[in-house]
Amino acid sequence: MTKADLVADINEKVGLSKKESTIIVELIFEIIRSSLEKGEKVKISGFGNFNVRQKKVRRGRNPQTGDEIEISARSVLTFKASPVLKKVLNS
Amino acid sequence: MVKSELIQKLAEQAKILPKDAEISVKTVFDSMIHALKSDDGIEIRGFGSFKVRKYEGRSGNHPRTGNEISIEPKKRPFFKVGKDLRERINKKTTG
Repeated sequence: MTKADLVADINEKVGLSKKESTIIVELIFEIIRSSLEKGEKVKISGFGNFNVRQKKVRRGRNPQTGDEIEISARSVLTFKASPVLKKVLNS
Repeated sequence: MVKSELIQKLAEQAKILPKDAEISVKTVFDSMIHALKSDDGIEIRGFGSFKVRKYEGRSGNHPRTGNEISIEPKKRPFFKVGKDLRERINKKTTG
């Protein structure tokens, strides 16, 4: 599934034009992205939570050469599926 | 941000009725859930991808009692962040 499928679904269900539906789909993901970018959690009930986690600097190894390297502090995005979604997948 | 806030922001920014924004957001997530249920992966350019991993059933031991138990096969959804978004999140929050 890609954005094109979501556009088609909005076009059909909401009755907006293809062009408008494309804007809606883009906006939905852009609103989520800007919220995450600010470091906020995004919770979509029935689907899951997107969470930005701060990772501290740590030591690691280059798996190819075995050299010890420093892995810089960073922010990463994690997704935790809703129990509802897990249940749906297994029903 | 929760779903209702997403709906509200969408209505404001897209200049559509709150009712239409609500149906739009619901449609997007319902369609994504439907795809995952059909074991179809989802790829959202500029955001990330979702995939379903299947786990075989196996026998294991109950951690507390040590009794042998059977673990049922299951499916779990996984998300992989897209490169653009990963960089965007890292840049803004760690500077």
